[in-house]
Amino acid sequence: MTKSKDLLLKIRDLEIEGRSDETWMPIINGASFDLHKGEVLGLIGESGAGKSTIGLAAMGFTRDGVRISGGSVEFDGINLVTASAAQKRALLGKRIAYVAQSAAASFNPAHKIIDQHTEAPVQHGVQGRKDSESDAIELYRRLRLPNPEEIGFRYPHQVSGGQLQRAMTAMAMSCRPDLIIFDEPTTALDVTTQIEVLAAIRDIVEQFDTAAIYITHDLAVVAQMADRIKVLLKGDEVEEADTATMLSAPKEDYTKSLWAVRSFERPKKAAPAADAVPIVRVKNIDAAYGTVPVLFDVSFDIHAGRTVAVVGESGSGKSTAARCITGLLPPTKGVIEFEGVEMPLDYRKRTKDQLRQAQMIYQMADTALNPRKTIGEIIGRPVEFYGGLKGQKKRARVEELLHEIEMEPSQYIDRLPSELSGGQKQRIGIARALAAEPRFIICDEVTSALDQLVAEGILRLLAKLQDELGLSYMFITHDLATVRAIADEVVVMKDGRVVEQGPKAEMFMPPHHAYTDLLLSSVPEMDPDWLTNLLDARGVDNIGDAAVDKM
Amino acid sequence: MKSVGGIILQRLALGLLTLFVVSIVIFVAVNLLPGDFAEAILGQGATPEAVASIRRDLGLDQSPITRYFQWLGGAVTGDLGNSFAQANFASFAGTETGSGLGSVATQIAPRFANTMFLAMVTAAIAVPISLILGVLAALYRNSAFDRATNIFTLSSISSPEFFLAYILILFLAVLNPILPSLSNIFDGMSFSERLERTVLPALTLTLIVMAHMMRMTRAAIINLLASPYIEMARLKGIGPMRVIVRHALPNALAPIINVVALNLAYLITGVVVVEVVFVYPGIGQLFVDSVKIRDIPVVQACCLIFAAAYILLNLTADILSILSNPRLRHPK
Repeated sequence: MTKSKDLLLKIRDLEIEGRSDETWMPIINGASFDLHKGEVLGLIGESGAGKSTIGLAAMGFTRDGVRISGGSVEFDGINLVTASAAQKRALLGKRIAYVAQSAAASFNPAHKIIDQHTEAPVQHGVQGRKDSESDAIELYRRLRLPNPEEIGFRYPHQVSGGQLQRAMTAMAMSCRPDLIIFDEPTTALDVTTQIEVLAAIRDIVEQFDTAAIYITHDLAVVAQMADRIKVLLKGDEVEEADTATMLSAPKEDYTKSLWAVRSFERPKKAAPAADAVPIVRVKNIDAAYGTVPVLFDVSFDIHAGRTVAVVGESGSGKSTAARCITGLLPPTKGVIEFEGVEMPLDYRKRTKDQLRQAQMIYQMADTALNPRKTIGEIIGRPVEFYGGLKGQKKRARVEELLHEIEMEPSQYIDRLPSELSGGQKQRIGIARALAAEPRFIICDEVTSALDQLVAEGILRLLAKLQDELGLSYMFITHDLATVRAIADEVVVMKDGRVVEQGPKAEMFMPPHHAYTDLLLSSVPEMDPDWLTNLLDARGVDNIGDAAVDKM
Repeated sequence: MKSVGGIILQRLALGLLTLFVVSIVIFVAVNLLPGDFAEAILGQGATPEAVASIRRDLGLDQSPITRYFQWLGGAVTGDLGNSFAQANFASFAGTETGSGLGSVATQIAPRFANTMFLAMVTAAIAVPISLILGVLAALYRNSAFDRATNIFTLSSISSPEFFLAYILILFLAVLNPILPSLSNIFDGMSFSERLERTVLPALTLTLIVMAHMMRMTRAAIINLLASPYIEMARLKGIGPMRVIVRHALPNALAPIINVVALNLAYLITGVVVVEVVFVYPGIGQLFVDSVKIRDIPVVQACCLIFAAAYILLNLTADILSILSNPRLRHPK
């Protein structure tokens, strides 16, 4: 934490350009910072802010179609901008290492984990193969990977995401580098897994006194990891300060707005009448993919005008439950009721009016919108299919829907999805669901691919629509901050079963089911000491997968 | 996910089924050929009686379905029947048809062996060169070397086979007589002599099959160069050659294997022109001759061998691609 240590990395007026349509467009407009030995710098900003680009540039590396157009990157006195490829290769992997966002994609599927681990030390002549192998096993042990002797001899696909992420951190450590770039290393992980990886990374960076650049869009995460934080916005530096100052007293408006996102919360609604007929009732359903059972005796109700958040880790059966409600995956057992009327389990047997009742909004708006159709056509299709409107009337209805999602019809109706931003695409997904005039919408991780500010906009829009149209939502998410913001009831799922359900206020108040408790306590908080306190309180064996396995 | 053994068994069964379907197609197609052996052999002087007698002798008067099953039954037990032309010659010469001289198998076997020999020599030259050129082209992509390789392989694949053959003869046999221009090989030749005579047709074929394999190797590798694990390898400071050979190539094997198999199948089944130019006694020439004189058993047998070669090579390619996938080799 001391600032008097040796200067390791000095970046001055770094300018980076990216090629698009035959011209070079600026990506980074002059970034400068210093990094000292053993220091951790957090780089934070939304997607497109240039965090990863700066992270890679700190290694003297640019992706295809990107170039460093100005400034200098000095690592231990060597200017990486002007250094030769061979000079840089001698540093990369040996003195500067990289941990990528998706370990599953960044490990070569064709080789064993440990062979990839030992590659850098052997190629750089740091260690022999045997020594490096035993060192790898030692690192796996320190990173608290299960079966450290054996896990490296597996192929990447045989190891879970959180374990791979730790194996990749071990790989980055293989040559004991002076600097590691962590590029969103926990973004793709579940909260309970994330906490384990965070603890492991922080621990090992401290043990070896390694300097690090920690790139993330999650403030609470960076608060746990970094000594200093630097905020970026669209390639510009916003501000830089040490973590405590940055959290308690951000200077710039943009930083303050980032900090404020988590404060969005809907007012509490009165509980539904005891005899009210729920819009959707899921009763004792079991479901299977082929012969593999995935849901066991799942039941919950969704009442008019309310939001039920279904939370749980990936693979817990949240999306499968949604597929059962829509009839895409007919349950093997149980009943689905809409407003007290039992529905055919298979969507093919439902009437058009029954189909209209349940609409979906998907996580990846990118893939859920037909890239060849204009916005008007995408929204127009359900308008025509369910509403029977054609020509002028159809267009008028599409424009009305675009107004509802706060997008100017004249400007957007003839655009293609590729001409929209991520948040706008998600709004089109909402408009398409609304076009059917449903009473119930399933939102499947609709905000998890979006930046926090954009996600908040989507949540506010959904809340507004709920108030205006009396919609009910089934909100599938793994993000508990989102749950806190908009849910009325919460259903917690694990391994295809509902482990706990109830009104939100009760869910966020102890006592919980042990699993709910684990989920809740694993959500990083803005307090920089949160991780330390949690580890003190629980011990390293009672966080993450290790704790889940004990249940 | 199924086990590798299960998948391989399944593919084998599918291959057999395909072969059975193809045998029906072959039989129907061959029997649709206009004219028949009796008319072809008797020529202008064909009287209805003579035609009928020959047809009776050869069993051509029986119903197509009976003949199909007789043929299929024979083929399954390894008996491909008797060559019409050889049988005719044998009866003319007074030897028994049962002596084995006229059987399709004895007629095809040496020709097939020659074809396989040529195919193997070609494969031994073409496959390594294509792979190495492909890897180098990917390594030095968009460089002068890459462009030159592309232009060279594309122009060789675009030229007619006989043209390439004559060019090679001109340069390697006529202007610089280092290789024989005729490849008439026969029994009792020493291996080295055989090899020497096979080199020119093999080189011609190499020029023809190289482009596909080389370009697929290059494309499959370049396709992977944007993947995160390649970026990771570069960020570990691994040299460009090792990045391509160790990190990209193992993941690019499946498409490469498939293209190699297709080209090897072509070497077995499609080299008639090259055989004619070099007077190489392969199965292609025999096939064309047999079609000319309507020697149906030989035509059918050749077709069946070609089909089997295609199916077998594609099957091998399939299995090798499956084995190149670590997810299948090492299930969870």
